[in-house]
Amino acid sequence: MRIGVVTFPGSLDDGDAARAVRIAGGEAVRLWHGDADIHGVDAVVLPGGFSYGDALRCGAIARFAPVMETIIDAARGGLPVLGICNGFQILCEAHLLPGALTRNQHLHFRNRDQHLRIGATNTAWTNTFTEGEEILIPVKNGEGCFVADTHTLDELEAEGRVVARYTRGNPNGSQRDIAAITNAAGNVVGIMPHPEHAVEALTGPSLDGLGFFTSALRHLAGVAGGQLTGGATR
Amino acid sequence: MARVVVDVMLKPEILDPQGQAVANALPRLGVSAISSVRIGRRIEIEFDGEPDLETAREIADKLLANPVIEDFSIRVDEQAGDSAQVSA
Repeated sequence: MRIGVVTFPGSLDDGDAARAVRIAGGEAVRLWHGDADIHGVDAVVLPGGFSYGDALRCGAIARFAPVMETIIDAARGGLPVLGICNGFQILCEAHLLPGALTRNQHLHFRNRDQHLRIGATNTAWTNTFTEGEEILIPVKNGEGCFVADTHTLDELEAEGRVVARYTRGNPNGSQRDIAAITNAAGNVVGIMPHPEHAVEALTGPSLDGLGFFTSALRHLAGVAGGQLTGGATR
Repeated sequence: MARVVVDVMLKPEILDPQGQAVANALPRLGVSAISSVRIGRRIEIEFDGEPDLETAREIADKLLANPVIEDFSIRVDEQAGDSAQVSA
Protein backbone atom coordinates (compact mmCIF):
# COMPACT_ATOMS: atom_id res chain seq x y z
CA MET A 1 0.00 0.00 0.00
CA ARG A 2 1.38 3.38 -1.01
CA ILE A 3 0.77 6.27 1.35
CA GLY A 4 1.75 9.74 0.18
CA VAL A 5 3.31 12.28 2.54
CA VAL A 6 3.15 15.88 1.35
CA THR A 7 6.01 18.31 1.83
CA PHE A 8 5.07 22.00 1.88
CA PRO A 9 7.59 24.81 2.32
CA GLY A 10 7.87 24.82 6.10
CA SER A 11 6.75 21.24 6.74
CA LEU A 12 8.70 19.73 9.64
CA ASP A 13 7.30 16.30 10.32
CA ASP A 14 7.13 14.90 6.79
CA GLY A 15 10.20 12.76 7.42
CA ASP A 16 8.77 11.27 10.61
CA ALA A 17 5.39 10.70 8.95
CA ALA A 18 7.04 8.82 6.08
CA ARG A 19 9.03 6.80 8.60
CA ALA A 20 5.87 5.94 10.52
CA VAL A 21 4.25 4.72 7.30
CA ARG A 22 7.24 2.45 6.66
CA ILE A 23 7.34 1.11 10.22
CA ALA A 24 3.62 0.31 9.95
CA GLY A 25 4.41 -1.74 6.85
CA GLY A 26 3.40 0.64 4.10
CA GLU A 27 5.34 2.24 1.28
CA ALA A 28 5.86 5.97 1.84
CA VAL A 29 5.67 8.16 -1.26
CA ARG A 30 6.92 11.71 -0.93
CA LEU A 31 4.61 14.26 -2.55
CA TRP A 32 5.55 17.86 -3.36
CA HIS A 33 3.26 20.83 -2.72
CA GLY A 34 3.84 22.28 -6.18
CA ASP A 35 3.06 19.04 -8.03
CA ALA A 36 -0.66 18.45 -8.57
CA ASP A 37 0.03 14.78 -9.35
CA ILE A 38 -0.35 12.51 -6.31
CA HIS A 39 1.20 9.61 -8.23
CA GLY A 40 -1.58 7.11 -7.63
CA VAL A 41 -1.13 6.85 -3.86
CA ASP A 42 -3.77 4.97 -1.85
CA ALA A 43 -3.85 7.45 1.03
CA VAL A 44 -2.28 10.78 2.01
CA VAL A 45 -0.75 12.23 5.17
CA LEU A 46 -0.53 16.01 5.57
CA PRO A 47 2.27 16.44 8.11
CA GLY A 48 2.93 18.92 10.87
CA GLY A 49 5.04 22.03 10.63
CA PHE A 50 4.56 25.62 9.60
CA SER A 51 3.59 25.54 5.94
CA TYR A 52 4.27 28.87 4.26
CA GLY A 53 5.47 30.19 7.60
CA ASP A 54 1.89 30.20 8.92
CA ALA A 55 1.39 33.38 6.87
CA LEU A 56 -2.12 34.84 7.23
CA ARG A 57 -3.48 31.85 9.22
CA CYS A 58 -2.08 28.37 9.76
CA GLY A 59 -2.86 26.32 6.66
CA ALA A 60 -4.53 29.18 4.77
CA ILE A 61 -1.95 29.33 1.98
CA ALA A 62 -1.20 25.59 1.84
CA ARG A 63 -4.85 24.94 1.15
CA PHE A 64 -4.33 26.50 -2.31
CA ALA A 65 -1.17 24.53 -3.19
CA PRO A 66 -1.49 22.59 -6.46
CA VAL A 67 -1.20 19.24 -4.65
CA MET A 68 -4.09 20.22 -2.38
CA GLU A 69 -6.49 20.81 -5.25
CA THR A 70 -5.97 17.16 -6.23
CA ILE A 71 -6.13 15.89 -2.65
CA ILE A 72 -9.32 17.82 -1.89
CA ASP A 73 -11.05 16.28 -4.91
CA ALA A 74 -9.76 12.80 -4.08
CA ALA A 75 -10.76 13.12 -0.41
CA ARG A 76 -14.30 13.96 -1.45
CA GLY A 77 -14.17 10.75 -3.46
CA GLY A 78 -13.10 8.68 -0.45
CA LEU A 79 -9.29 8.85 -0.44
CA PRO A 80 -8.10 8.36 3.16
CA VAL A 81 -6.41 11.58 4.32
CA LEU A 82 -4.82 12.15 7.73
CA GLY A 83 -3.91 15.70 8.71
CA ILE A 84 -1.58 15.99 11.68
CA CYS A 85 -1.18 19.35 13.47
CA ASN A 86 -0.55 21.77 10.58
CA GLY A 87 -2.17 19.13 8.38
CA PHE A 88 -5.32 19.33 10.56
CA GLN A 89 -5.26 23.12 10.16
CA ILE A 90 -4.98 22.70 6.37
CA LEU A 91 -7.95 20.28 6.29
CA CYS A 92 -10.08 22.81 8.20
CA GLU A 93 -8.99 25.64 5.91
CA ALA A 94 -9.89 23.41 2.94
CA HIS A 95 -13.33 22.81 4.50
CA LEU A 96 -12.80 19.06 4.41
CA LEU A 97 -13.30 19.21 8.18
CA PRO A 98 -15.49 21.63 10.12
CA GLY A 99 -14.30 24.18 12.64
CA ALA A 100 -10.94 25.91 12.93
CA LEU A 101 -7.75 25.76 14.97
CA THR A 102 -6.96 28.98 16.81
CA ARG A 103 -4.30 30.36 19.12
CA ASN A 104 -3.88 28.31 22.29
CA GLN A 105 -6.06 29.89 24.93
CA HIS A 106 -3.11 30.49 27.28
CA LEU A 107 -0.98 31.84 24.38
CA HIS A 108 1.89 29.45 25.15
CA PHE A 109 3.32 26.89 22.78
CA ARG A 110 2.71 23.47 24.35
CA ASN A 111 5.14 20.64 23.83
CA ARG A 112 4.58 17.57 25.97
CA ASP A 113 3.43 13.98 25.97
CA GLN A 114 -0.35 13.99 25.98
CA HIS A 115 -2.97 11.44 26.98
CA LEU A 116 -5.89 11.05 24.58
CA ARG A 117 -9.05 8.99 24.74
CA ILE A 118 -10.07 7.45 21.43
CA GLY A 119 -13.66 8.08 20.39
CA ALA A 120 -14.51 7.03 16.87
CA THR A 121 -12.94 3.74 15.80
CA ASN A 122 -14.83 3.40 12.54
CA THR A 123 -12.60 5.75 10.54
CA ALA A 124 -9.97 4.85 7.98
CA TRP A 125 -7.27 5.92 10.46
CA THR A 126 -8.49 4.55 13.82
CA ASN A 127 -10.01 1.13 13.09
CA THR A 128 -7.29 -0.75 15.02
CA PHE A 129 -8.09 1.07 18.27
CA THR A 130 -10.86 0.24 20.71
CA GLU A 131 -13.39 2.84 21.75
CA GLY A 132 -12.45 4.49 25.01
CA GLU A 133 -8.83 3.35 24.71
CA GLU A 134 -6.35 5.76 26.25
CA ILE A 135 -3.18 6.51 24.30
CA LEU A 136 -0.12 8.68 24.92
CA ILE A 137 1.46 10.65 22.08
CA PRO A 138 3.31 13.98 21.86
CA VAL A 139 1.46 17.25 21.37
CA LYS A 140 3.29 20.38 20.17
CA ASN A 141 1.39 23.38 18.96
CA GLY A 142 0.83 27.08 19.39
CA GLU A 143 -2.46 27.20 17.52
CA GLY A 144 -4.23 23.99 18.40
CA CYS A 145 -7.36 25.28 20.09
CA PHE A 146 -10.24 23.68 18.21
CA VAL A 147 -13.27 25.94 17.88
CA ALA A 148 -16.59 25.54 16.11
CA ASP A 149 -20.10 26.82 16.67
CA THR A 150 -22.30 24.96 19.15
CA HIS A 151 -24.38 23.39 16.40
CA THR A 152 -21.28 21.94 14.72
CA LEU A 153 -19.90 20.64 18.03
CA ASP A 154 -23.22 19.00 18.86
CA GLU A 155 -23.35 17.46 15.39
CA LEU A 156 -19.80 16.09 15.67
CA GLU A 157 -20.68 14.45 18.98
CA ALA A 158 -24.09 13.17 17.88
CA GLU A 159 -22.63 11.61 14.75
CA GLY A 160 -19.71 10.03 16.62
CA ARG A 161 -17.16 12.08 14.72
CA VAL A 162 -14.97 13.07 17.65
CA VAL A 163 -12.01 10.77 16.99
CA ALA A 164 -10.03 11.63 20.13
CA ARG A 165 -10.27 13.91 23.14
CA TYR A 166 -7.60 15.26 25.44
CA THR A 167 -7.64 13.58 28.81
CA ARG A 168 -5.70 14.34 32.03
CA GLY A 169 -5.48 17.98 30.96
CA ASN A 170 -6.39 20.01 27.89
CA PRO A 171 -3.19 21.51 26.42
CA ASN A 172 -4.68 24.35 24.39
CA GLY A 173 -8.25 25.13 25.43
CA SER A 174 -9.89 23.14 22.64
CA GLN A 175 -13.66 23.15 22.94
CA ARG A 176 -15.02 19.97 24.52
CA ASP A 177 -11.42 18.70 24.78
CA ILE A 178 -11.44 17.81 21.09
CA ALA A 179 -8.08 16.58 19.80
CA ALA A 180 -9.16 14.87 16.57
CA ILE A 181 -12.25 14.75 14.35
CA THR A 182 -13.37 13.03 11.17
CA ASN A 183 -15.62 13.92 8.25
CA ALA A 184 -19.02 12.31 7.78
CA ALA A 185 -17.57 9.58 5.55
CA GLY A 186 -14.78 8.69 7.98
CA ASN A 187 -11.99 8.84 5.40
CA VAL A 188 -10.64 12.25 6.43
CA VAL A 189 -9.21 12.63 9.95
CA GLY A 190 -7.53 15.66 11.50
CA ILE A 191 -5.54 15.30 14.71
CA MET A 192 -3.62 17.97 16.59
CA PRO A 193 -1.17 15.75 18.53
CA HIS A 194 1.47 13.73 16.70
CA PRO A 195 1.02 9.97 16.23
CA GLU A 196 4.06 9.87 13.92
CA HIS A 197 6.31 10.77 16.87
CA ALA A 198 5.15 7.74 18.87
CA VAL A 199 6.09 4.78 16.71
CA GLU A 200 9.48 3.76 18.13
CA ALA A 201 10.62 3.07 21.69
CA LEU A 202 13.86 5.02 21.17
CA THR A 203 12.22 8.36 20.44
CA GLY A 204 8.56 8.20 21.43
CA PRO A 205 6.74 8.06 24.76
CA SER A 206 4.90 4.96 23.50
CA LEU A 207 4.16 3.07 20.31
CA ASP A 208 0.54 4.23 20.40
CA GLY A 209 0.85 6.39 17.29
CA LEU A 210 1.49 3.40 15.09
CA GLY A 211 -2.18 2.43 15.22
CA PHE A 212 -3.17 5.34 12.99
CA PHE A 213 -0.94 4.09 10.21
CA THR A 214 -1.72 0.40 10.59
CA SER A 215 -5.41 1.38 10.57
CA ALA A 216 -4.99 3.01 7.16
CA LEU A 217 -3.26 -0.10 5.81
CA ARG A 218 -6.00 -2.29 7.24
CA HIS A 219 -8.65 -0.02 5.75
CA LEU A 220 -6.96 -0.14 2.35
CA ALA A 221 -6.58 -3.92 2.50
CA GLY A 222 -10.30 -4.14 3.24
CA VAL A 223 -11.12 -1.90 0.30
CA ALA A 224 -8.83 -3.90 -1.99
CA GLY A 225 -10.33 -7.17 -0.79
CA GLY A 226 -13.86 -5.91 -1.27
CA GLN A 227 -14.47 -6.02 2.46
CA LEU A 228 -14.93 -2.42 3.41
CA THR A 229 -13.63 -1.25 6.73
CA GLY A 230 -13.44 2.11 8.37
CA GLY A 231 -14.86 5.09 6.57
CA ALA A 232 -16.41 3.24 3.70
CA THR A 233 -18.95 1.52 5.93
CA ARG A 234 -20.20 4.67 7.58
CA MET B 1 -3.74 54.30 -6.99
CA ALA B 2 -6.73 52.06 -6.38
CA ARG B 3 -6.57 50.67 -2.90
CA VAL B 4 -9.12 48.47 -1.24
CA VAL B 5 -8.86 47.90 2.50
CA VAL B 6 -10.05 44.66 4.02
CA ASP B 7 -10.53 44.50 7.79
CA VAL B 8 -10.67 41.02 9.27
CA MET B 9 -11.90 40.50 12.83
CA LEU B 10 -12.53 37.40 14.90
CA LYS B 11 -16.25 36.86 15.29
CA PRO B 12 -17.57 38.25 18.58
CA GLU B 13 -18.20 34.79 20.01
CA ILE B 14 -14.64 33.60 19.32
CA LEU B 15 -12.26 34.05 22.24
CA ASP B 16 -9.35 36.38 21.47
CA PRO B 17 -6.56 35.50 23.91
CA GLN B 18 -4.18 38.00 22.29
CA GLY B 19 -6.65 40.81 22.84
CA GLN B 20 -7.14 39.67 26.42
CA ALA B 21 -3.38 39.70 26.99
CA VAL B 22 -3.22 43.28 25.73
CA ALA B 23 -6.19 44.27 27.89
CA ASN B 24 -4.53 42.72 30.91
CA ALA B 25 -1.37 44.75 30.26
CA LEU B 26 -3.17 48.09 30.15
CA PRO B 27 -3.16 48.69 33.91
CA ARG B 28 0.64 48.67 33.71
CA LEU B 29 0.30 51.73 31.48
CA GLY B 30 -1.86 53.30 34.09
CA VAL B 31 -4.88 52.88 31.83
CA SER B 32 -8.11 51.71 33.38
CA ALA B 33 -11.75 51.75 32.32
CA ILE B 34 -11.08 49.53 29.30
CA SER B 35 -13.54 46.67 29.21
CA SER B 36 -12.23 44.79 26.19
CA VAL B 37 -9.53 44.70 23.52
CA ARG B 38 -9.86 42.62 20.37
CA ILE B 39 -7.20 42.27 17.70
CA GLY B 40 -7.86 41.98 13.99
CA ARG B 41 -5.98 42.36 10.77
CA ARG B 42 -6.00 45.09 8.11
CA ILE B 43 -5.06 44.12 4.57
CA GLU B 44 -4.47 46.65 1.78
CA ILE B 45 -4.97 45.48 -1.78
CA GLU B 46 -3.64 47.65 -4.62
CA PHE B 47 -5.38 47.30 -7.96
CA ASP B 48 -3.67 48.28 -11.19
CA GLY B 49 -6.76 50.07 -12.46
CA GLU B 50 -10.10 50.82 -10.87
CA PRO B 51 -10.72 49.20 -7.50
CA ASP B 52 -12.77 46.06 -8.00
CA LEU B 53 -14.81 45.45 -4.88
CA GLU B 54 -16.26 42.19 -6.16
CA THR B 55 -12.81 40.72 -6.71
CA ALA B 56 -11.69 42.05 -3.33
CA ARG B 57 -14.70 40.40 -1.73
CA GLU B 58 -13.83 37.09 -3.35
CA ILE B 59 -10.22 37.34 -2.17
CA ALA B 60 -11.38 38.18 1.34
CA ASP B 61 -13.94 35.41 1.48
CA LYS B 62 -11.73 32.66 0.05
CA LEU B 63 -8.36 33.55 1.49
CA LEU B 64 -7.99 36.59 3.73
CA ALA B 65 -10.67 35.59 6.24
CA ASN B 66 -11.76 32.22 7.52
CA PRO B 67 -15.55 32.56 7.65
CA VAL B 68 -15.71 29.87 10.32
CA ILE B 69 -14.12 32.17 12.88
CA GLU B 70 -13.77 35.60 11.26
CA ASP B 71 -15.86 38.40 9.78
CA PHE B 72 -14.52 40.90 7.26
CA SER B 73 -15.45 44.28 5.87
CA ILE B 74 -14.30 45.90 2.64
CA ARG B 75 -13.96 49.53 1.58
CA VAL B 76 -12.20 51.58 -1.04
CA ASP B 77 -9.46 53.65 0.56
CA GLU B 78 -10.15 57.17 -0.70
CA GLN B 79 -6.92 58.39 0.85
CA ALA B 80 -4.79 56.09 -1.28
CA GLY B 81 -2.22 57.93 -3.29
CA ASP B 82 -2.27 60.99 -1.07
CA SER B 83 1.05 61.85 0.45
CA ALA B 84 -0.87 62.88 3.52
CA GLN B 85 -0.60 59.48 5.11
CA VAL B 86 0.41 60.05 8.68
CA SER B 87 3.12 57.92 10.15
CA ALA B 88 3.70 57.56 13.81
